[in-house]
Amino acid sequence: MSYEQPDERGHFGPYGGRFVAETLMGPLAELERAYREARSDPAFQAELAADLRDYVGRPSPLYLARRLTAEAGGARIYLKREDLNHTGAHKVNNTIGQALLARRMGKKRLIAETGAGQHGVATATVAARLGLSCVIYMGAEDIARQAPNVRRMRLLGAEVVSVTLGSQTLKDAMNEAMRDWATTVDETFYVIGTVSGPHPYPAMVRDFQAVIGQEARRQFLEREGRLPQALVACVGGGSNAIGLFHAFLGDAEVALYGVEAAGKGLASGRHAAPLTANSGRGVLHGARSYLMFDEDGQIRDTHSISAGLDYPGVGPEHAWLKDTGRAQYVAVDDEAALAAFHRLTRLEGILPALESSHALAYAHELAARLGPEAALIVNLSGRGDKDVETVAAYAGGKTCHA
Amino acid sequence: MSRIRGVFAALSGRRAALVPFITGGDPTLAATVPLMHALVRAGADLIEVGMPFSDPMADGPAIQMAHQRALAAGATTRAVIDRIAAFRRDDDRTPVILMGYVNPVETMGYDVFADACRAAGVDGVILVDMPPEEAGDWRAQAARAGIDTIFLLSPTTQAERLALIAAASTGFLYYVALKGVTGASHLNVADVAARLSVVRKAAALPVGVGFGIRDARSAAEVGRFADAVIVGSAIVERMAGGASAEAAMADVETFVRELRAALPARGAGTPS
Repeated sequence: MSYEQPDERGHFGPYGGRFVAETLMGPLAELERAYREARSDPAFQAELAADLRDYVGRPSPLYLARRLTAEAGGARIYLKREDLNHTGAHKVNNTIGQALLARRMGKKRLIAETGAGQHGVATATVAARLGLSCVIYMGAEDIARQAPNVRRMRLLGAEVVSVTLGSQTLKDAMNEAMRDWATTVDETFYVIGTVSGPHPYPAMVRDFQAVIGQEARRQFLEREGRLPQALVACVGGGSNAIGLFHAFLGDAEVALYGVEAAGKGLASGRHAAPLTANSGRGVLHGARSYLMFDEDGQIRDTHSISAGLDYPGVGPEHAWLKDTGRAQYVAVDDEAALAAFHRLTRLEGILPALESSHALAYAHELAARLGPEAALIVNLSGRGDKDVETVAAYAGGKTCHA
Repeated sequence: MSRIRGVFAALSGRRAALVPFITGGDPTLAATVPLMHALVRAGADLIEVGMPFSDPMADGPAIQMAHQRALAAGATTRAVIDRIAAFRRDDDRTPVILMGYVNPVETMGYDVFADACRAAGVDGVILVDMPPEEAGDWRAQAARAGIDTIFLLSPTTQAERLALIAAASTGFLYYVALKGVTGASHLNVADVAARLSVVRKAAALPVGVGFGIRDARSAAEVGRFADAVIVGSAIVERMAGGASAEAAMADVETFVRELRAALPARGAGTPS
């Protein structure tokens, strides 16, 4: 199967595109040109590959979780260990690539939005390494619930700006980063952390994250001599999921599952699952995609226990994969994600990020359903050290992010 | 002749048009129509009304907060259009432009929105986050309903897109005077004047200038060469500042009167 998405204007079917204020149209065209050149430049690719190996620690292992498999009572569950990357999540695959591009374009300043803080940490990290200045926008509520990552970013020399307007979460941080970029375009490179935003970001971030699936496919073939029955990954904006899925898109026998955050439950309306809930098609942050909004087109407040999934939209390629039926999207609520967090911690000695815990929760059910002949890969997109406070608060009966 | 073209034709060679911006429904929907009439009394030639949006990415803090106030007071896209219809009962002359973001318009449907605008007496629409490249369907519906589509130009607009934007625009062109969001204060008037002479070579339409014009002095400077001077945040801040909606409105009226008085007369033999 040949898969040529997006088109030259950044459209995945009816999704994607470039919906931004005029001030950003020129810089986006410049970025697109620079990225196209870098992508076909062997020197750029060689430097990226060396950094992924020596600095990030790639390839990340593919780990067979034996006790988790036994507990689920079905398919063998493999974990793609993105939590073992430098900085503790898949986010660094992308920030390494974008920072090299920023340097190539002569930009001296990186900015980024962050929800859980993983992308902010990964951006602050590469900025420190390349000697670039760095400003991270983060919702005030996320700053409160992801304090360890805020401290890490500051130690790395980044300025963390608290965003106090709107819902004070990831979407508001992204609004503010876009405002900064419109004001400082000459010297600033905007490092978007997910497969969303205006073209070329969804395609570019996907390309940088595709290493996850390329490795996983090779590793799984070596281990099992065949392909897995299913892949499972959590979806906020959707970069770790796209990264895992992409190398398998042409393998029709491999089922792809994206797991969104059902928050307090889809019926409650307090979730962050635009694909699963079949919310309408809308435009936010530069792209058309599935989006949560009210009857007047105002963006809805979302809820998830995990800051990294607490976002009303989703990358346009996921919208396209849903509509074409190539991937399926499901949702897991706060309680089930927490249970999966504890299960992996106790059974395998691995603290997963609350984001990744959503994927683990669904994989548990799916493994039982597929039966012992099958095998699946879960993207363990990040580690859960940052979430220890949130989990403890929840156990103590406090409602975080009420 | 459309209301917008009529205003520019009447002012051509005499002075720049004054275009104040307010956010529809700020602080309440009930305030919008009286405020629009006050703007006209103070000398507005054309009025731009913002349609509130939860995530106004191209706006600075003043207009962001105006959007939040309006939404909290129950404003919707349809309610703002209804306010324009109410304004039209007493003023059939002053052109009105709506400015907003694409998601609420797309949610209503381009066709429904365009028809509602026409029925209410809206003359033109600016969708901030919809460049001409993505605007094919919207432009077709707007053209059918006789609504002008006004697109933005900015200091970062490349030469090759200038012609595209000019071709997609009707009514006038909106030049964003600085890199940044609304309410910024780093306006460089000489740069704007230089850019505008480039724009005029590519476009026959009148060119309005907005972003960064905050007082009578900057309005006067830009009014020497622009076809329209657009003032938003400085007005919206005054709406937020009053002891009551009435007091704020009176303050805005005084301010707009100052802006209007500051706009220089120009034309053959009348050096400004």
